[in-house]
Amino acid sequence: MNWVWFHRFGSPPYFYRFAGRWAPWFLGIASVLAAIGLYGGLVVAPTDYYQSDVFRIMYVHVPSAYLMMMTYCWMAGAAAVGLIWRIKVAHAVAAACAPAGVVFAGCALLTGMIWGQPTWGTYWAWDPRLVSSLFMLFFFLGYIALRGAIEDRDRADRSSAVLAIVGVVNVPIVHYSVVWWNSLHQGPTLMRSDGPAMPMSMAWPLLVMLAAYTFYFLAIMLLRARAEVLRRERGGAWLREELVRLELRS
Amino acid sequence: MAVLRRDLLLAARRPGEWLQPLAFFVLVTVLFPLAVDPEASRLRQLAPAALWVTLLLASLLALDFLFREDRRDGTLEQYVLSGQSFTALLLAKTTAHWLLTGLPVVLVGPLAAISLGAPLQSLPGIFFALVLGSVSLSLIGAIGAGLTLGVRGSGALLSLLVLPLVMPVLVFGARATQFAMAGDDFAAPLYLLAAMGVLSLTLAPLAAAAAVRISLE
Repeated sequence: MNWVWFHRFGSPPYFYRFAGRWAPWFLGIASVLAAIGLYGGLVVAPTDYYQSDVFRIMYVHVPSAYLMMMTYCWMAGAAAVGLIWRIKVAHAVAAACAPAGVVFAGCALLTGMIWGQPTWGTYWAWDPRLVSSLFMLFFFLGYIALRGAIEDRDRADRSSAVLAIVGVVNVPIVHYSVVWWNSLHQGPTLMRSDGPAMPMSMAWPLLVMLAAYTFYFLAIMLLRARAEVLRRERGGAWLREELVRLELRS
Repeated sequence: MAVLRRDLLLAARRPGEWLQPLAFFVLVTVLFPLAVDPEASRLRQLAPAALWVTLLLASLLALDFLFREDRRDGTLEQYVLSGQSFTALLLAKTTAHWLLTGLPVVLVGPLAAISLGAPLQSLPGIFFALVLGSVSLSLIGAIGAGLTLGVRGSGALLSLLVLPLVMPVLVFGARATQFAMAGDDFAAPLYLLAAMGVLSLTLAPLAAAAAVRISLE
């Protein structure tokens, strides 16, 4: 297999143009999918027998939680790539993931709490899934704080990359916490080897929402990483050419 | 080994530094009975939590001393340049640090537990839990200390980085202490603590070495 297409992402000008071209598309796909998913989830999907309409918050809760983990994996993966091969764009991507991760983790915890009050009778329980998700939020915050505290950019990149990689230990804990411990939070219901443990009429809007969130994340990540590349490469010759070309076009 | 000896010798000539975490540990455990109603039964309920939270805070406080002096006088840079395995050197440094700040706290820990109302026969369990837990705390903490090396105002940042990582140590350590005090079998949380100790013994020095090396450049 030819990996040249992948290597090109390591070049700031290529990445800058790629992100600029694709981020609006991803954002557009995300909004269309979100519109379909929300309509399907809030209007089409049947009311749950036990939970009545409360279960519908799942259509924002599950994708947030799933994206929280995916964002962490992206961040740690990009950080590892940046650390091992010293690719600056990878560090920019890792830095761009962290704020998105904070938002997803915050949304997952918040919607979980709103759902927990009518269903479990409490906003917060000291449950393994909840606590490990909260700590994932702290990992994102710690990453941002460490990055902000170090003035030298190269050192900030690599120190925070080490932190991101060390924090990977938390990912399996979050994922398997409902399996390993006797948890108040329900076990996996969607991603199971024997198919989702819910009727398709309820599952399809969730899958659409998952796709919408993923595209949204990609768009936000690309835009943020693009801004980060812009900040790092200020004064670069290619950037001046790029801006001149923009000037000519308008 | 030479690094271990040197660190211990240096510390022996400067007792103020490694006594601080110990004094902190004793003082904070004394604060709990004063803040709570010192009725024995209620105090006993609180004892595992008080013991382990205090241990965590004392180890955070001690991390400040781990690399600070060696960075200031350039010893760490010499270690990097020495051509020897930096990971092994850091492991030796962390061992010395544990002997100086972890071990005293572990030795005083059972006394503090008695003062919080732990029965005498629970002390072996508490002691072993403290030994295993404090080893992991020192090793994992070294990563955080390496990352924040030379960062201004690193105290709060260090706790933000290290505390989420050491949360399992707190959970299982407090659980083992609780079981030991209730007279139950405390082997299961102790095994988990030991597993975490082995995991951090093998992986944490690698991460800490990478962190320190980056911070020195």
